[in-house]
Amino acid sequence: MTQTTADPEVSPVDYAKAEINASLTKEDKIRFLRQICAIRNFERIALKYYNEGKMGGFLHLYIGQEAVAVGTCSLMGEDDHVITAYRDHGHALAVGMSMKECMAELFGKATGCSKGKGGSMHFFAPDKNYWGGHGIVAGQTPLGLGIAFALKYKGLKGCCMTFLGDGAVNQGVFHESLNLAALWDLPVIYIIENNRYSMGTSIERSSAYKDCLAQRADAYGIVWDVANGEDLYEVRAKTAVAIDRAHRESRPTVLEVDTYRHYGHSVADAKHKGGYRSAEEIEKYKQSHDPLVIWRRRLIEEGILTEEEADEIDKETRKEAMEAVKFADESPAPSMDSIQEDVYYEVDRQTEAGRTGRHFFND
Amino acid sequence: MPLIEYRDALNQAFAEEIENDPNVFLIGEEVAEYDGAYKVTRGLWKKYGDKRLIDAPISEAGFIGLAVGASMLGLRPVVELMFWSFCTVAYDQIINNAGCIRYMSGGLINCPIVIRGPANGGTNVGATHSHTPENWLANIPGLKVVSAATGYDAKGLMKTAIRDNDPVMFMENTLLYGEKSEVPEEEYFIPLGKADIKREGSDITFIAHGRAALTALEAAERLDEDHGIQAEVVDLRSIRPLDEEAIYRSVSKTHRVVLVDENKPFCGVSAQIATMIQENIFDELDAPIRRVCTIDAPAIYSPSIEKNQLPTAERIIEKALGIL
Ligand SMILES: Cc1ncc(C[n+]2csc(CCOP(=O)(O)OP(=O)(O)O)c2C)c(N)n1
Ligand SMILES: [Mg+2]
Repeated sequence: MTQTTADPEVSPVDYAKAEINASLTKEDKIRFLRQICAIRNFERIALKYYNEGKMGGFLHLYIGQEAVAVGTCSLMGEDDHVITAYRDHGHALAVGMSMKECMAELFGKATGCSKGKGGSMHFFAPDKNYWGGHGIVAGQTPLGLGIAFALKYKGLKGCCMTFLGDGAVNQGVFHESLNLAALWDLPVIYIIENNRYSMGTSIERSSAYKDCLAQRADAYGIVWDVANGEDLYEVRAKTAVAIDRAHRESRPTVLEVDTYRHYGHSVADAKHKGGYRSAEEIEKYKQSHDPLVIWRRRLIEEGILTEEEADEIDKETRKEAMEAVKFADESPAPSMDSIQEDVYYEVDRQTEAGRTGRHFFND
Repeated sequence: MPLIEYRDALNQAFAEEIENDPNVFLIGEEVAEYDGAYKVTRGLWKKYGDKRLIDAPISEAGFIGLAVGASMLGLRPVVELMFWSFCTVAYDQIINNAGCIRYMSGGLINCPIVIRGPANGGTNVGATHSHTPENWLANIPGLKVVSAATGYDAKGLMKTAIRDNDPVMFMENTLLYGEKSEVPEEEYFIPLGKADIKREGSDITFIAHGRAALTALEAAERLDEDHGIQAEVVDLRSIRPLDEEAIYRSVSKTHRVVLVDENKPFCGVSAQIATMIQENIFDELDAPIRRVCTIDAPAIYSPSIEKNQLPTAERIIEKALGIL
């Protein structure tokens, strides 16, 4: 039932040679670098303005994990969908949301992707097959299943890549979802972004498992695999297999992707350095496992890009992020009246249903 | 008296009760090694160790159900929900198991647990993280519901809640954890079902719980300064059991009442109180009962707007002046 991963110590696999990667053009590869840089710079700038008090609530940074969102989302076809948890900026930008609408959302402005109603954890773009941005741990896992169900119901060849954290695997609803996915042959792909911690708790302290988290899929007869999230080629190669399975057999997959977050759980997490994980560990990942550095180096080695060109991409995406800040800052806040808009479809449109009976109960 | 933070007042209650009764233990996400997401349990794991402070995976239904089961055998679990908003994923355990087990067993089984954590909006964390479920829970006979506005109250109520033999749902507030209040060094308890008059007044009564009681106090001070009006502020502290006598006493004195409630209006705690006032002391009223609740929509994120979605002193003052 299971696919075992090639152990890189034993037999190094060059995923660049996988069919899905061999067919990439130079432009594709540069586009991926641009996306990784965009996520990194978007978040760095967001952090700066968060610290200046321009935003409220939580800010969960994706920095260090970018190759996962960029690699997986790069494979999306017309009927492939994405849904994730609250660490959602990377996926949002990877599916093509603009920095402006995302930054404005962080600033709580009416021009934000959710009109300032959702904030950092709740970015959505259904027009890009991107279904959020969900704050309740694992709450999105049955939604992804439902999207897969709807695809099958409608007779479409698609899938729903449903992202969750290593901590989220311990929610009951995820297990219910796995059972339903297998039982009803649904084209859902659960992508566990294993960054080793759920807040201050390491996987060892939160999960019981034999070899890895994805292996739990065995119990449901679901095919699973593990990918190294710092290697964009590997992420793509293994995701492509899962997408193919979803499209051709309408079968689910659980794909665990090893990755790491460079920052704390959220900006408020003061204990991430020297508390539940060591400063050395963080340094090690930043130095040797940074997906941005690795992809950039790879492209330079492949002769696709020069150092200068890579720097230019970094600069351009940084500039784009700064422009997004300007846009966000100058945008209007939502009005007080807008608090009660977007609650009911029927009321918003003043349909007959929306005009019948009382919907709101302000004092 | 020492002036300490709300979170530390709770922390003292836990330490004292852990020492008092070997059956008391704390369980929840990040409560032990991390000192609590909001540092409410700081230092306790170091002091009392793995047996009394248990870090749980993100499995609220599992560990709350576990706590209910353990309490059936006489343990006294104190369960932290990182946010009360997350009770939704454990609702079956809370409502059907904690709430109904005693009744359905004809009184054979008791459930002496405390479930606690912050239950408030106002921190820009969006709709799913900003619920105020005290009214949902108070709707269940079998559950008790407590909401503390100050550190002093929090400690006294928590100690009582832990010793209570029924399931107590304890509402705290992330916006209050850092607020200081005087907390005596000697042991004290605050009974469930006893309101506190946070300010005496003769012209109008404000009834509130949790942080709304502090908003009501602010409004009362301003009404005094600007209009010479004396508002009495009744802080319920406990919602179920409810101190109805304190409500009737105050309203019978002032004859006017504004209910302040961070719940949404529909079947909020204030709706229950309004019903009781008109059912029991209708003749004492010289004006209609008014309410100030959270504006009726999911919590908006936008920081500048969300603060006005919750009850504000301005809205309370406006409502008060309208019936004076
Ligand atoms: C039901 C629920 N419980 C608890 C939380 C609080 N919380 C938010 S994120 C988080 C950790 C999740 O870790 P993981 O799934 O590994 O994702 P990561 O943050 O590493 O991306 C916790 C405990 C929540 N949002 N929802
Ligand atoms: Mg994690």
